[in-house]
Amino acid sequence: MKIHEYQAKAILAKYDVPIPRGQVASTADEAVTIAAEIGSWPVVIKAQVHVGGRGKAGGVKLANSAEEVRQHAGAILGMDIKGITVRKVLVEPGIDIKHEIYLGIILDRITKAPVIMASAEGGVEIEEVAKTNPEKILKLVVPPTYGLRGHHSIIAADFLDIPADARKTFKKVLDGLVAAFIDNDCSLAEINPLVLTGSGHVIACDAKMNFDDNALPWHPELAELRDDGEEDPLEVEARQKSLNYVRLDGRIGCIVNGAGLAMGTMDVVKHFGGTPANFLDIGGGAKAEQVAEALNLITSDPNVDVIFFNIFGGIVRCDIVAQGVLDALKSLPDFDYPIVMRLSGTNDEQARKMLTDSPIHIAATMAEGAQLAVKLSEEKRTAGV
Amino acid sequence: MAIVVDENTRLLIQGITGREGQFHGQQMINYGTQVVAGVTPGKGGQTTLGEVPVFNTVEQAVKETGCNASVIYVPPRFAADAALEAIEAGLRTVIIITEGIPTMQMMTVYHEARRQGVLLQGPNCPGTISPGKCKVGIMPGHIHKPGRVGVISRSGTLTYAVVWELTRASIGQSTCVGIGGDPIIGATFVDFLELFEKDADTDAVVVIGEIGGTDEQDAARYVRDHMSKPVVGFVAGLTAPPGKRMGHAGAIISGGEGTAQEKIEVFRECGVEPVELPSEIPGKIKNLIGATSA
Repeated sequence: MKIHEYQAKAILAKYDVPIPRGQVASTADEAVTIAAEIGSWPVVIKAQVHVGGRGKAGGVKLANSAEEVRQHAGAILGMDIKGITVRKVLVEPGIDIKHEIYLGIILDRITKAPVIMASAEGGVEIEEVAKTNPEKILKLVVPPTYGLRGHHSIIAADFLDIPADARKTFKKVLDGLVAAFIDNDCSLAEINPLVLTGSGHVIACDAKMNFDDNALPWHPELAELRDDGEEDPLEVEARQKSLNYVRLDGRIGCIVNGAGLAMGTMDVVKHFGGTPANFLDIGGGAKAEQVAEALNLITSDPNVDVIFFNIFGGIVRCDIVAQGVLDALKSLPDFDYPIVMRLSGTNDEQARKMLTDSPIHIAATMAEGAQLAVKLSEEKRTAGV
Repeated sequence: MAIVVDENTRLLIQGITGREGQFHGQQMINYGTQVVAGVTPGKGGQTTLGEVPVFNTVEQAVKETGCNASVIYVPPRFAADAALEAIEAGLRTVIIITEGIPTMQMMTVYHEARRQGVLLQGPNCPGTISPGKCKVGIMPGHIHKPGRVGVISRSGTLTYAVVWELTRASIGQSTCVGIGGDPIIGATFVDFLELFEKDADTDAVVVIGEIGGTDEQDAARYVRDHMSKPVVGFVAGLTAPPGKRMGHAGAIISGGEGTAQEKIEVFRECGVEPVELPSEIPGKIKNLIGATSA
């Protein structure tokens, strides 16, 4: 799960990381009021969206008067950044930037430990630095048994060439970032840039935090920070119905049990010249209602021509899925999408028997099913339906 | 011989009285697995699934039954604790089926298993089956067939699909292992490739990977440097968009890394035979080891 910059900063502030004293606004009027409370110029107005690249898109502006605040906030609110409409802006005092640092932490799959990444080349995309100048990034493993210790912050401060008078605050920032990362089950926590100011202060000018979805039940206070407006509405609906769905831009709606098989199904559809409309894993123990909901969800995407079920019965029994499809079709009398179904594994014969009198096309293998789905999709296109 | 589990496995089921533990416990017994004990805290003293005794702790189960491997069906909230308990009680093989365990908790379990030299499999995996001998996990037993090809996979149902293709082509399996779809898992492709290389009853191995991370690339380099047996590889997710989690917590292309193309490329460079469709696997295997020895 992702959250907004202002939310990440609020969390970091609880861990004693210095942040600019800003506030979030949903209207230009609110932005003007916040700027007046800040009481100094310039102020910076920043679009709050989950996607990157907002600066280039014109979503970050400096303002030197109340009139400019109104003008910029008005322009940014409602702006479209990579398909997401900006609904909130963060208004903060402008910072006297002397130097910009990158400080991030991820849970590394290779060392199976939190790894701090630090670079004196802050303020830019760290992936770019990693590609062009990997030696400019320090990678520091936080030992999973005993955690962050004093020497780690000295190593990082030396690498970043932090001046003596700023080292105490730098240590506070690093300790706070690592503690916030671990306490909140983050998958990523990032301060970019961490700014050294002209007057010798250290301050987190931008922050990003992503959380491990599996850990959200342990953190109900974080789950409340979720912003559904930042996601595809169909994906939000799917999550509320406990369906594992990712929207793509193709024609063939796929309903599959198991994530690996769901990915494999998309690939096979593509291999036979079709385009998958989605990834959908109906998961373990899928019930009839869940299958019906999956059908409804997929067909609310106007690109979809045909539905391809690829079911391999392990935990999910094929007859349960078949019953689910039959029930769903009964509850949707106007449903006129062609359905191709491949069923193998637990109770597959029974399931196929249940479907013989239905309009569903039954396929023996994944490849056969995919080819049939592609053919039906093309027929529908040619017929101009 | 086979790897991980066989006819000498004396299995403990943690979470045996839960819905999953009950259903899959019965399936495993029906397959012929020796299920000798179960653990559910607070339910010690009962018996279930016929004659299987239930204990409050793993320590008691080990003492009373001599169980030597554990499979965990405990819900995510308690699953990491269950694994740590099994490791502490001295079990050398611990297989976690549970999906949804926080990565930070698995980090602790991973390092403890490693410190103690425990074979940790999963989490979020289908388990391991040595066809005709022992089934530990959630895979449908009847699609497998005893034989001489090893299968290692990150996914559940995709593996069943591949195994079914093999079985229908009369290619039996020595052992089929699911390593799990989470970002932090216990044993990896490399660990199981090492076991298959040493296993006298395995002639060839099928590796089924997916997008995210670098386990497949590591596996390919291991094959190049250490394997004498032929290996066929498939990677799911050629059509997956970057930055989106494709069901499995670990299946995400981040910063342009972990793509299916990249993995297939490394397979090719290192002498792992890549296939584009799961249905091409049996043919490839037959070419490599000859139709008869399978």
